[in-house]
Amino acid sequence: MAGSVFIARRAGTAWSYALLILVALIFLIPIVFMVMSSFKPDQQLLSDSGSIRAFLPVGDLSLQNYVGAFERVPVALFVFNSVFVTAVTVVLSLLVCSLAGFSLAFLNWFGRDTVLAVIIATLIVPFETIAIPLLLMVAKLPWISTHGFEVGWLNTYHVQIIPWVADGLTVFLFVQYFRDLPRDLLEAARIDGASWWQVYRMVIMPLSGPVLATAAILKCLAMYNQYLWPLMVTQAEAYRPLMVGLQYFFQLNIAWGQVMAYLCIVSVPIIVLYLVLQRAFITSIASTGIKG
Amino acid sequence: MASPAILLILIFLIVPFVLAFGLSFTNQRLLSPNPTEFVGMRNFEQLLGMGVLKLEPLPAPDEQVEGSDPEYPPLRNFTRNNPDYPHLNGMREWFSIPWGQDRVFVLAQDVLFIKALVNTVLFVAIVAPLQGGLALLLALMINQKLPGINIFRTIYFLPVVISIVVVSLLFRFIYDGNNGLLNTLLGYASFGAFKPVDWLGRTDTALAAIIGASIWQAVGFHMVIWLSGLQTIPVSLYEAADIDGATHLQKFRYVTWPGLRNTAVLILIVITIQAFSVFAQINLMTRGGPLDSTQTLVFQVVARGYEKQDIAGGSAISVLMFVFVLCISLAQRYLTRSKD
Repeated sequence: MAGSVFIARRAGTAWSYALLILVALIFLIPIVFMVMSSFKPDQQLLSDSGSIRAFLPVGDLSLQNYVGAFERVPVALFVFNSVFVTAVTVVLSLLVCSLAGFSLAFLNWFGRDTVLAVIIATLIVPFETIAIPLLLMVAKLPWISTHGFEVGWLNTYHVQIIPWVADGLTVFLFVQYFRDLPRDLLEAARIDGASWWQVYRMVIMPLSGPVLATAAILKCLAMYNQYLWPLMVTQAEAYRPLMVGLQYFFQLNIAWGQVMAYLCIVSVPIIVLYLVLQRAFITSIASTGIKG
Repeated sequence: MASPAILLILIFLIVPFVLAFGLSFTNQRLLSPNPTEFVGMRNFEQLLGMGVLKLEPLPAPDEQVEGSDPEYPPLRNFTRNNPDYPHLNGMREWFSIPWGQDRVFVLAQDVLFIKALVNTVLFVAIVAPLQGGLALLLALMINQKLPGINIFRTIYFLPVVISIVVVSLLFRFIYDGNNGLLNTLLGYASFGAFKPVDWLGRTDTALAAIIGASIWQAVGFHMVIWLSGLQTIPVSLYEAADIDGATHLQKFRYVTWPGLRNTAVLILIVITIQAFSVFAQINLMTRGGPLDSTQTLVFQVVARGYEKQDIAGGSAISVLMFVFVLCISLAQRYLTRSKD
């Protein structure tokens, strides 16, 4: 009796694993295919994709596609642009949005609740609906640089950074997190004569590790994987990020091996980052959903 | 302390948003010789104008073969400056359906926009429940207490970190009509009985193929949100259900699902907003084709507002899109409100 229950449970577990593995294959197959194909010459890539060989490192493997991709696209420049834009935006965003979150969560000022409501309401505005007017606007905004006074932000780094520094979701994440912190800590510091700025810097920020990680990861993913905006604002090669570089491969003859190599160059850094920090990645996404 | 963020959100989000509304009432074009004018609702009338026309077949010529399709008078007789049909002026055929002996023609001022609208609504209506449901299934699978389950969680979430741009290009290859992986795999699974399909090249499969790729990329994201919802349900409730002898299905129905109500609303709204903005997949996989079967609103916003520099037209579509998103979010909120 006890034995048959045990066997039934074992069988149930086996089914669970079978299902889990089957679903895992659905997610892994395209990625494995991408990585394997990036090492194969075009002809073999095409003939292999008709069989199981598509997922195996077999045949004529080389780094030739990577060499070709580097020749066609200024990869190093685009990697730099992507990483630079992403990193600067993430840092500025954490600073600006945490300050806003602090003020909206702890300080009392006229219109605070209205401002917070408007900031939350912006969450339902898809970026695509404001892309065109924003483009018109940034084309006419002034900027002061080492070259003096300029009009128009197109083809620069800051046009890719500044519009993305503050966003409703990040501010909201900070507000939500700060409201759950114990208020007595803050009041104790105020009684000791700390300014609000000092409270922010010395009391709140040291406690904000989790929310900073969440905001940083979400921003990093969004920025690194961005497509429409950089496509519109970077006509000049010097400022293009990695994603826009994909266009270079779709001229007359598509060299699929090189495309696969480029897709790997684009994706592998973020995949590695994810695998290293996966617990943080998953907790961050989860924390966006908790209160709804 | 909040001012930098407020200022930035104001300049880069709220001002363009207001500007989109403003521009949608003008005839602004980039590099136009004419000054911009206020044109009222004209852009919206242009986009949304529709008409219906019922036509009788032309008297069949005597030698016509029995059973061949009847001929109808050309539509342009009615839509080109016909004083009897002023409301149909400038419209073109969207589709037609047989109506007894006659045929009903549904006309639209801007057929391309209407097609884009229908496709987008279809995309949202399929993706929101399907992706939300699949994500819940995955979350339930991952929520089992099995050794090594975290490995599967890591794998299921993996596509989320990959850009939709990369995913689109990868799936272009997977969906290829000749050597595509999907055809190969289906061929194996059916022992060669499956005939290869050019998934992105056919009007009846292209949108479905794009939906498949989109869900593959994004489902892990919502799985994790479901998972965090699942983990807020107290274990004691399940223990109580076990004592009462509840089945798996009953436990889901009476314990799990009620506990996920808020998560469900959130996920539905998030997916709806994301699905409404579908662009990169379209731009990289089909560019709206074949025969406009994958045109979407944002693709049209970019095609008009950016590529054709018809700022006002693009803005008008943006405004309509925002109104749809707002209505659907409010409706979902209302329909899924808690009953107490």
